[in-house]
Amino acid sequence: VTPSEGASGGPGREWEMESVLALRGLVLLRDSVEWEGRSLLKALVKKAALGGEQVHVLGCEVSEEEFREGFDSRVNSRLVYHDLFRDPLNWSQTGEAPPGGPLGALQVTCKRAGPGPVTVALDSLSWLLLRLPCAAICQALCALGRQHARPGGGPAGEPVRVLGLLHGELHGPGPRGALSSLAQAEVTLSGTGGQASAHILCRRPRQRPSHETLCFSILPDLSLDLQGGPPLEPHPDPHRPPVDPTTHLTFNLHLSKREREAKDSLTLPFQFSSEK
Amino acid sequence: GKLTLLCDANTDGSFLVHHFLSFYLKANCKVCFVALIQSFSHYNIVGQKLGVSLTAARECGQLVFLEGLKSSVDVFFRTQAEPHPLQFLRSANAENLQPLYEFVREALKPADDGEAAWRCPVLLVDDLSVLLSLGMGAVAVLDFIHYCRATVCWEWKGNIVALVHDSGDTEDEENNILLNGLSHQSHLILQAEGLATGFCRDVHGQLRILWRTPSQPTAQRDRSLTYQYKIQDKSVSFFAKGMSPAVL
Repeated sequence: VTPSEGASGGPGREWEMESVLALRGLVLLRDSVEWEGRSLLKALVKKAALGGEQVHVLGCEVSEEEFREGFDSRVNSRLVYHDLFRDPLNWSQTGEAPPGGPLGALQVTCKRAGPGPVTVALDSLSWLLLRLPCAAICQALCALGRQHARPGGGPAGEPVRVLGLLHGELHGPGPRGALSSLAQAEVTLSGTGGQASAHILCRRPRQRPSHETLCFSILPDLSLDLQGGPPLEPHPDPHRPPVDPTTHLTFNLHLSKREREAKDSLTLPFQFSSEK
Repeated sequence: GKLTLLCDANTDGSFLVHHFLSFYLKANCKVCFVALIQSFSHYNIVGQKLGVSLTAARECGQLVFLEGLKSSVDVFFRTQAEPHPLQFLRSANAENLQPLYEFVREALKPADDGEAAWRCPVLLVDDLSVLLSLGMGAVAVLDFIHYCRATVCWEWKGNIVALVHDSGDTEDEENNILLNGLSHQSHLILQAEGLATGFCRDVHGQLRILWRTPSQPTAQRDRSLTYQYKIQDKSVSFFAKGMSPAVL
């Protein structure tokens, strides 16, 4: 199937989002305080699980119960949750905390991928970036791309897909740029007037990066509902005609004919003339 | 369990803190108040105007009050076996706020005998920005709130209300990280702002209410509302923008 670059038509748009969903490698989901991205992350996780993939989630920001909420049993059975929420820094000293701290947990999540297609969801990449050096995270993500060779020297399995949730406002241009350069696709969430939209930037090998903007919504059962083209500007209110500010003034804004003639014949001070 | 974030920009948002304190005490919840900004008597006086007595609540065990101004002195002049909740004031490189978390945990943990004398536990913090001024990093404060969320909100199904100042200064990176990091974890954000046109006698500011559901999809609904308010002696009156009785 030949990919289309920045297609402008109904089927082209849906293809763009489908191609993002089919991409392996790192997919960044950038959200903001106003437009949260966790529900999109969960929708993509659900899609991957229903597609037969095993999904490993490194959960730092919400509890396992909260993350699994909304998924049915088919999805939940394929979802392995690595809990970094309850005790990430080992303050409770009960020994339940993952060994090696957050970095160890990230590496373990990446290694646990078994045979068959695997999706790793990082919730969130921002949490890790605030506590671990950017270089260590980038190395772990790169190692994911390399390590999926089958033992015994057989043909390499399908590369792992990593979905990373990134909170846009929290990081400077350095870490953002570093992750962008590693990512195969970036989905930036925004919206107008209650309608969420996603700007998708895809980097395919040997092609120019393509941009697309789509409206979407996440249904209560966490399926993704694509609504086609870019968000429209909010319509001006049809019941209120535009107000002309020059009506109903108590003073006169217009010039009479004599006043206009006097104005036109005035010599401006900075214009040189023979009289001055 | 919910995290409510209060933030103020160009104005004093402490009226929201007083509101939530009296609200939760009247609702018969067990409250742990980490009060770093004002003295106990200040909160008590305002509380009495709002109909609660902090002294009575503290005596019967409903309210656990950490008076930052007073107990910070204890850190220096009293040697204790276990670390003081404000121990970070004393150490040169305080890495985390674990002692403060342990204090909150001890204050709000459910009674062993299983008898619930009070309704859900509530942690109230006034405020978190001052911890940055006292030398803690933004990530340390975020870690503290993370652990409080895991324990108070998730394990014990309680609520957390915390105030953060928004300096509006893009140069203050630590405060921006703290504010944005907390915003992403909050279920409800109340932003009090001064009016853009300046100080006004009859309209003290504007309150923006933003509902977030960090992990559930939101249906099409009004996610944010804005009201203007005027703080009076015993209450706060709210009205729609431009509809202050003084203006109409």
